[in-house]
Amino acid sequence: MDPDIRTSMGSGSGPAAGSPMADSAISRQIAGLDALEMVARSRPGPLRRVWASLWPVLAAVAIAVGVWEVVVLSGWKPTYVLPGPADVFPQLWKDVRESAFWSGLGLTMRRAMIGFALAIIVGAAIGAVVSRVRFLRVAFGSLITGLQTMPSIAWFPLAILLFQISESAILFVIVLGAAPSIANGLIAGVDYTPPILLRAGKILGLRGIALYRHLILPASLPAFVTGLKQGWAFAWRSLMAGELLVIIGHHTSLGVRLEYARENIDAPDMIATMIVILVIGIVIDRLFSAADRTLRARRGLEPS
Amino acid sequence: MRTPVSTTAPEVRLTEVSKAYGAGGNALLALDHVSLDVPGGEFVCILGASGCGKSTLLSLVAGLDRPTLGSVDVGGARVGLMFQEPALFPWLTVSGNVELALRTRGVAKAERRARTAELLESVHLGGFGVKRPHELSGGMRQRVAIARALAQDSDVLLMDEPFGALDAMTRDLLHDELERIWSERSLTVMFVTHNVREAVRLGNRVVLLSSRPGKVVEEFAVPLDRPRRIDSAEVSRLAASITDRLREEVGRHGS
Repeated sequence: MDPDIRTSMGSGSGPAAGSPMADSAISRQIAGLDALEMVARSRPGPLRRVWASLWPVLAAVAIAVGVWEVVVLSGWKPTYVLPGPADVFPQLWKDVRESAFWSGLGLTMRRAMIGFALAIIVGAAIGAVVSRVRFLRVAFGSLITGLQTMPSIAWFPLAILLFQISESAILFVIVLGAAPSIANGLIAGVDYTPPILLRAGKILGLRGIALYRHLILPASLPAFVTGLKQGWAFAWRSLMAGELLVIIGHHTSLGVRLEYARENIDAPDMIATMIVILVIGIVIDRLFSAADRTLRARRGLEPS
Repeated sequence: MRTPVSTTAPEVRLTEVSKAYGAGGNALLALDHVSLDVPGGEFVCILGASGCGKSTLLSLVAGLDRPTLGSVDVGGARVGLMFQEPALFPWLTVSGNVELALRTRGVAKAERRARTAELLESVHLGGFGVKRPHELSGGMRQRVAIARALAQDSDVLLMDEPFGALDAMTRDLLHDELERIWSERSLTVMFVTHNVREAVRLGNRVVLLSSRPGKVVEEFAVPLDRPRRIDSAEVSRLAASITDRLREEVGRHGS
């Protein structure tokens, strides 16, 4: 360095900046600017928000039921094959007052939960390993995505050979259906951890496990939840296919109920059961969506 | 205001540092034999047009990257780095972000809360600890980033165009803030910018880098009393002469 630059450096000091008066003026100006920049966002009340998200759903249901009724009235099929809402909804109401319905629903939901839980464990483990090991990444990355496109019903012949007609066969297919989406969600989350945050994390001294715990996992969470949501859709489809194909003993799960209704040409009960299956799928999907939205809103990724 | 101590040994010493990206004929030389000594307590501004390797220089000092040739010596000093984006973790609150820096440094849990409050207070964000980063304005977020960097208890603070994305009024206030924090905490600051007035407003010294590859072209001492104003005549005058030199340098690339 030039010597006269070095000596001149010391001269740049003045008396006033450190004085309390100057500092308090700065503080006040900064506080004023902050206050101007912070816009208070007023949120509508809870009732209004519920209504805002509810009315489109109700409208969609009304339109769907209307179209259904029109198709029935057109006489396209006899009503014992395609009953209208006026036959199906009373049947649905009758079903939900039966204990057999609830024990069947319980069985189906138990399978769904166990299968989905296994899929989460398997999917997260695969996702964690594959996102971390470069070689596995290259080898299995596209295979995992490919597995997602495999229709779950195509797994059943193999599942039945491996596990016979049993709960295990159903769970096997649920896991194969859902785990790839869950693994992919985690991999995508790890991949898309913003590089700037990784740099910040390195500067903060985050390494090894701490890097995962404090940075990569929280950063991947929204993508992981998206993966869970998609995994749930696959799990639910796989389960329904399984319950139609793998009928065990006298348990009338939702799938079996559907199959029996068809055999007995009890179309109202069949459609009532389909409505139940649809509603459960939607409700759980909405739960994941809500979790996803909350997560993103808290991070400022979406207007709350 | 504290007088920077110019007698101490350099806290940051770059000796003949070159950095190339890629290999062979396609290699891009970002820095070419850059030597720079920064004494403890100095505020040095590094100025250059695009492609002068300013950010590369800071990455090397921060230890995020290694030089291709030459050596970077920070003598065991703790180094903090701030970017143009605040790079706060969006899943943590403002307090949480600052606390994480304390935590990775091994500050005991009981002490963290008080230290966090104190650090946020020092950047005038006392009441904002429970907010999430996205609820704050750009200038406020950048102050959280300053608090987080201070939480690392760094001796050397590297700043990569930290105020480049802010509006002029916020930026001017943050200059005052940064100057105060620098003088209160005996920090050594290396501040990268392409804004000449900002460099003169803040630095004890302005180092001008050429572009493609980055080389030290000239150093300018800034013998102006603090506090300075970015719109003062002295700052403008010096900035004008540095700008002339910078333009001359940039002009070489036009032909």
